[in-house]
Amino acid sequence: MNTLESIRTGTARLLGDETRWRTADLDAHVRRYGPLFRAESGAGWADRLLDEIERSGLTGRGGAGFPSHRKLRLLRSAGPRFQPVLLVNAMEGEPASGKDRVLVGSSPHLVLDGAALVAGILDAGKIVVCTPDDRPELARILGAALRQRQGDEWSTAPVEIRELCGRYIAGEESALAAGVNGRPGVPGYRPDKSVPVTVGRKVGIVHNVETLAHVALIARYGADWYRAVGTAEAPGTCLVTVSGAVEKPGVVEVATGTRIEEIIGLAGPTRLVQAVLVGGYGGTWVSREELSAPYGPDGLGSFGGSMGAGVLVALPVEACGIRETERIVRFMAAESAGQCGPCLFGLPALADDLGAIARGERGHHVFDRLLGHCDAVDRRGACRHPDGVVRLVRSALKVFAGDLACHLRGSPCGGSVRTSFLVLPPVGQERR
Amino acid sequence: MSTIRVNPAACDGFGFCSEILPEMIRRDEWGFPILADDAVPEDLRRAAEQAVAFCPRRALRLETTGPR
Repeated sequence: MNTLESIRTGTARLLGDETRWRTADLDAHVRRYGPLFRAESGAGWADRLLDEIERSGLTGRGGAGFPSHRKLRLLRSAGPRFQPVLLVNAMEGEPASGKDRVLVGSSPHLVLDGAALVAGILDAGKIVVCTPDDRPELARILGAALRQRQGDEWSTAPVEIRELCGRYIAGEESALAAGVNGRPGVPGYRPDKSVPVTVGRKVGIVHNVETLAHVALIARYGADWYRAVGTAEAPGTCLVTVSGAVEKPGVVEVATGTRIEEIIGLAGPTRLVQAVLVGGYGGTWVSREELSAPYGPDGLGSFGGSMGAGVLVALPVEACGIRETERIVRFMAAESAGQCGPCLFGLPALADDLGAIARGERGHHVFDRLLGHCDAVDRRGACRHPDGVVRLVRSALKVFAGDLACHLRGSPCGGSVRTSFLVLPPVGQERR
Repeated sequence: MSTIRVNPAACDGFGFCSEILPEMIRRDEWGFPILADDAVPEDLRRAAEQAVAFCPRRALRLETTGPR
């Protein structure tokens, strides 16, 4: 996953063709996208842009998929002199995702345009760009881009780049704010998620880098242009990281609503695919039969999935789905902050249950234990890390029902239990 | 109307709450509390307040929901 590249497609808006455009350079960026309109181009520009964002149907691309205009209006309505801190989220802790760092690498100015616009809408007092410390190139690229922008009329709010400890949960809103505040970057308990996070004494608002890049395009070309591709329910394009049993793992930009199998085809599948992991490690397995579904909130929602962090991992037919799921759960258990009992004890228990099944521990008591552990973990953490694992496990039981039945009978499933097909990164601190 | 809420990040599973209010608080296999979603009935209100007060980690609270 270290040498991910963008795969060229016909619908490239954000990524484009780096070799031709070299949009990491400010002049080339302006040549390609045109200048950002000036703040002086009339009072009320922020409200007009907010309306355009609303009409565009843009949703957050960090995983939650919350409508962007609502998030912005919520804080804007709180008062004009709030001066919140805009946290630009480039943490991308999801190991199967590479879209954010590919985007930052190819179009850093688009991200910074979006950040300047959103900061303007919110009258933000400061912009803090958060990058993971295990990927120092991101801070370097963004730092170089920022230096090129010095003195432009958009840099009204000071911008700061912070390298935070890169781990799975570090990009969660409250964990991100904690990291910026100089505390360990672990999620906090927030019973009401609509209460914003704080940075120092200021309110913080978190936006993913892809979301901000889309804002930069909407500001230039408008909502109608944005909606010209994609579907009515999910307009525009989205970045997807495709990996697994494909020839060229990489990041593609596609119109939202493109069929899943078509997106995987862009990365050139080499082996027969039995299932696809959608959304990320806390996502959903989708069976081969369902791969004609459109990649978008509605299409994925029909089997309990979501776009999540924009991840598709193709699992080849020769893999054992139960065993692969066990390995993902093991990784997620190790990446738990260890704050909440049900997550600290429940995730390893879930991995053990799956392992016991894969190793051929027969009978229904193992299966019942696994179901019991799912219930014991679901929605019992301060953050949604454990919920994602439960979603993954439950989808595995459905999609790999055949493998599961074989294992519970004590017969081999036809997949390889010993070989692993998903490439999992080392855990936490070992990553560096 | 009140319901009991736990901050799972603060809770260390001491289990005093489920001793004091077993009618509404069970424990999972690791000892962490599983709270009933229902409103605390009037006859258990005092026990619920005690459960909150006796938590060594101050992880429990009574949350007022809707009109009393």
